[in-house]
Amino acid sequence: MAQTRTIEIWVGVFIAAGLAALFVLAMQVSNLSVMGEGGSYQLQARFENVSGLKARAPVTMGGVTIGRVGAIQFDDTTYEAVVTLNIDERFNQIPIDTAAGVYTSGLLGEKYVGLEPGGADEMLGNNDVIRLTQSSLVLEQLIGQFLFSKATEGAP
Amino acid sequence: MNGAVEGLRRLGRTGLGFFERLGRGHLLLLHLLGGLPGLLPRFRLVVQQIYAVGVLSLLIIVVSGLFVGMVLGLQGYNTLVDFGAEQSLGTVVALTLVRELGPVVTALLFAGRAGSALTAEIGLMKATEQLSGMEMMAVDPVRRVLAPRFLAGFISMPLLAAIFSAVGVMGGYFVGVGLLGVDMGAYWSQMQASVDLYEDVANGVIKSVVFGFVATWIAVFEGYDAVPTSEGVSRATTRTVVHTSLAVLGLDFVLTALMFGEP
Repeated sequence: MAQTRTIEIWVGVFIAAGLAALFVLAMQVSNLSVMGEGGSYQLQARFENVSGLKARAPVTMGGVTIGRVGAIQFDDTTYEAVVTLNIDERFNQIPIDTAAGVYTSGLLGEKYVGLEPGGADEMLGNNDVIRLTQSSLVLEQLIGQFLFSKATEGAP
Repeated sequence: MNGAVEGLRRLGRTGLGFFERLGRGHLLLLHLLGGLPGLLPRFRLVVQQIYAVGVLSLLIIVVSGLFVGMVLGLQGYNTLVDFGAEQSLGTVVALTLVRELGPVVTALLFAGRAGSALTAEIGLMKATEQLSGMEMMAVDPVRRVLAPRFLAGFISMPLLAAIFSAVGVMGGYFVGVGLLGVDMGAYWSQMQASVDLYEDVANGVIKSVVFGFVATWIAVFEGYDAVPTSEGVSRATTRTVVHTSLAVLGLDFVLTALMFGEP
């Protein structure tokens, strides 16, 4: 009888350890804790070029993640990329003249959307469109421009 | 002419034998699944088997998980530091463990530690005619002996894989942060930024559930199907380890292709 008891205790310890490990993986290793539980609202931003930006990329303001990129679509009448931003509803005080840009974290890091707050009194609401946007930097274009300007400098 | 026919006959016999075994395996699986509801009132049988299959495998799982994580930390650091990207060490360690190494290595260790023991135990029961004895007493050995072991393996495997991954992440942490001086905050935050709960962790758990199912099924079947001699039991035990390893590695490719194949 005493032996059955020990066995049952050990099995209990084992199952608890397994569930605890799953919990650690969910909370500590994955992005569950970063995402937050609250709801979100949508903003739209139109960019000329979003090369390298992916869905679920972070949306930051002042370097702090306040949301994630939802969907990236292409508008074939204006030839622009339409990016849906899911912003955490805790951050609903974003001025209407906020500027959005596609930036790179580090030289080779991932692309993210950075928001620069404006000074207007009106705030953006659900499904509003951010007017001021700055496109993603394409490294090849930049190098091309640099080489071109060097070449014209050298010319007499 | 006669030799060719004889060769064809041998080929046919091998093929028939293979399909016969496959069929017996699936019939046994049906029988096992049918026996599962009857286990609920006698769950103590399953608890005893979880002790034998899961708790006694804990030591090897924890120790291997720790060392696999530490090796990943070392190797990952040496590669990443060339690109100045040692901050991503947490991502590398966690993704490798959660997606691949956790479920796969646990299943391989499980086959060696628990699967072979299951096969040997059931095979010996058959060789010493304990199973026939049960049948004589109108006790169904599949429901009384095999089903609890099957359910215990099925429950234990995902838990073992989760423990393996969690311990491995800690092992990578000890080496990366403790020994090699990667920033602690970067280790965890980069990991959290790139490991997705559903995409990575949940898919890893699904993998380990599938592997647990297959590994215990093979182990139980090989024991039940063993030739009831000492040589037959030893061959069945070997087959368990070999077939489980092959099945796990093959299934791992299929599951990975299904889960991560499309962007």
